[in-house]
Amino acid sequence: MTESTGGIDMDEETSGVVKKFLYVNRKAPYGTIYALESLEVVLIAAAFDQDVSLAFLDDGVYQIVKGQHTKGIDVKNFSPTYRALEGYDIEKLYVEKESMEARGLTEDDFLVDVKVLSAAEMADLMETQDVVLSF
Amino acid sequence: MLHTVNKSPFDRNALDTCLAHAKKGSAILLIEDGVYAATKGTASAKKLEQTMKTIPVYALQPDVEARGMKDRVLDGVKLVDYSGFVDLAAEYPTVQSWL
Repeated sequence: MTESTGGIDMDEETSGVVKKFLYVNRKAPYGTIYALESLEVVLIAAAFDQDVSLAFLDDGVYQIVKGQHTKGIDVKNFSPTYRALEGYDIEKLYVEKESMEARGLTEDDFLVDVKVLSAAEMADLMETQDVVLSF
Repeated sequence: MLHTVNKSPFDRNALDTCLAHAKKGSAILLIEDGVYAATKGTASAKKLEQTMKTIPVYALQPDVEARGMKDRVLDGVKLVDYSGFVDLAAEYPTVQSWL
């Protein structure tokens, strides 16, 4: 127990465990609150220094599309926040190829660098995780 | 009748059901996540191209812009603002919202 951590035990036993977290995003950005909520949780969880990955599939790929301008609907444009994730050491962003193509999108349409995976590869990625959080 | 669709065509079947019930003389207005239906390179775009031969299709511009879809809107889809939405609702005797 130390003064600097307010009495919280920070030795290897508790601080050394790094788990693989995957956030699965499947909803379009403004029609429901899921996309924004997912982003909020990702940012909060970033404080815990875990091994974080984000997956975008189905309508979730729309979350990271360039050129979102929300003034007209009076809703916060949270899309620039995806670009800030890098600053929190969240750099593993994956997009499912089938979802992207069905929506007429290409890698160039996204506002962040992503790795495009097939559905089969995405399934493999999901299997390697310790924790999966779905939005 | 004015039909409105506010759900993504990838997520729900609201658009398909709307298209199956929209008759000549009516109009379709895509709002909220419904605007994704009016974007190029999608399966719904082909359906709307067919529809637009007989029925006008509109999309709410603020919703299109919020979603970054402004440059991807299918040719022939007319963009309207909120007052255009009101005009459409007033022009047609009834409004059917496909939720």
